[in-house]
Amino acid sequence: MRWIGINSRRYGFEIVTESASQNANVVAETLRSWNPQAAAEVTEYRGETTIVVPRELLRATAARCRSDAKLQFNLLTDATCVDRFPIEPRFELNYHLVSVPRRDRVRLRVRLSGNDPVVDSLFPVWPGANWLEREIFDLFGIRFNGHPDLRRILLPEDWEGHPLRRDYPVEGFRDVPNTGEMFRKSSVL
Amino acid sequence: MTTVETATGATKTMVLNMGPQHPSTHGVLRILLELDGETVVKAVPDLGYLHTGIEKSCEDKTYSQAITLTDRMDYLNPLGNNLVYCMAVEKLLGLEVPKRAQYIRVMMVELQRISSHLVWLGTHAIDLGAMSVFLYCFREREEILKIFELFAGQRMMTSYIRIGGVALQPPAGWRQVVERFLKMMPSRVDDYENLLTENRIWMGRTKGIGYISAEDAIALSMTGPTLRAAGVAYDNRKVFPYSSYEEFNFNVPTRTESDCYARYLVRVAEMRESLKIVRQAMAKITDEGPIKTEAPGIIPPQREKMKTEMEALIYHFKIFTEGFSPAPGEAFVAIESPRGELGCFIASDGSPKPLRVHFRSPSYINLQALPKLIEGQLIADVVACIGTIDIVLGEVDR
Repeated sequence: MRWIGINSRRYGFEIVTESASQNANVVAETLRSWNPQAAAEVTEYRGETTIVVPRELLRATAARCRSDAKLQFNLLTDATCVDRFPIEPRFELNYHLVSVPRRDRVRLRVRLSGNDPVVDSLFPVWPGANWLEREIFDLFGIRFNGHPDLRRILLPEDWEGHPLRRDYPVEGFRDVPNTGEMFRKSSVL
Repeated sequence: MTTVETATGATKTMVLNMGPQHPSTHGVLRILLELDGETVVKAVPDLGYLHTGIEKSCEDKTYSQAITLTDRMDYLNPLGNNLVYCMAVEKLLGLEVPKRAQYIRVMMVELQRISSHLVWLGTHAIDLGAMSVFLYCFREREEILKIFELFAGQRMMTSYIRIGGVALQPPAGWRQVVERFLKMMPSRVDDYENLLTENRIWMGRTKGIGYISAEDAIALSMTGPTLRAAGVAYDNRKVFPYSSYEEFNFNVPTRTESDCYARYLVRVAEMRESLKIVRQAMAKITDEGPIKTEAPGIIPPQREKMKTEMEALIYHFKIFTEGFSPAPGEAFVAIESPRGELGCFIASDGSPKPLRVHFRSPSYINLQALPKLIEGQLIADVVACIGTIDIVLGEVDR
């Protein structure tokens, strides 16, 4: 029985740090040899490698991850955001990459402040980033430079606010949505 | 919500609104189609009619409470959703699940895959005009749902897979029931193939329709049978094995034609492979053994212990009033759902409620490729292409 990961403060168990997986640092080293600033911070947790990338270098690093013969991360499987309000920088964008030929996974992370939540879109690298980034724009209000079609995707176009932000209440701001108004605005055809 | 800017000039083309209430969109999907005669020039999917904010709701629930929400996303694969969520929480906690519970999970999820593919086959065939296949498929799906009812007491929203294991011991006599299903099913799959595989109308409606190259499919983040029909053998059960899948002997069916017909063949072959896995899992599940890991403070104690041990009673009370708190950190887990890579990302801040729960839903991301599939095709093929991606709108919109 392993007792790792349980909050030691509350349960009195020892937190055991898992050993890094074998090929975990290949990604970080390959990126560092290309650009020393690309992998600013590398963390290993539960066998998952997270590489924190500076905001300016995100698109170049992602393109490198895709094209480098040692990395070959050809599938952008997921992109999502974590809001750590009220801590600044509050937004953390997580891109989960998969290398189908190398059978490897890695996570790229970018930290964004609440004042200026703008980052380069990864659409030029993976066209599949299109809807993933639209969803983040819709629910968190993060803008993506160079995105071809940055519109709301899940919520109506006239929705106010970005509901997955932590300062947006779970029950919403209004009890009854103004459905009549939304319907008039949405019937474009 | 969405307008189409006509690509070829407003006088020649017309814009047709398909859905959201259209039987072949399998839910409430709206597609704006720009047509030049009968040819689709441009297609713009419009989503969100079923958005229920499940990810936001999870943030206001304890880790155990959120399991029931996950059932409701992909309602044709509730056990798979339970599995990916529970595996993410277990990874966050560092819990190990007993082997017996892992095999039970594998068996249930593979039965679920067969039932999901049956619904897909039936509805896809009915969209293309083959009525009888639908009735046969639902007849067999009913047998699977009866097995779920036997195990979990529920037919669809079972919530059977829990953090640290499964909810209940397998019921008495379950082997006979599953065995009967395994005996019956191969000949039934043969029946569907007899009806469709060499059927000239079926081949005419699906062969060469909805082509997408392997490079485009990977660039558009497609996974699952749609990617495997393009020749890429990417299956999480083989590539990143979870829940003891590395101990099972099965093949990953692939095709290279990458049209609707190839996807049909891949899914039918997957049903046969799933039957093999269920049979192996059945042999591995012992009659006696634990179904949950033992972790006081996280897994609710057994009922008998609660009556006799004070610690068990205290833990029970704490788990159901306050919940448990994983250490701060993130975990991402991906499994192979019937539709593709189903992922779950959980971020914990050390409190009893998750900071963020995100589901990487395969339907949502595969649907992104729909315009690529149907642009340039005839309007009659739009229905075939929507069916072949196998979307579940509950999962697309979450």
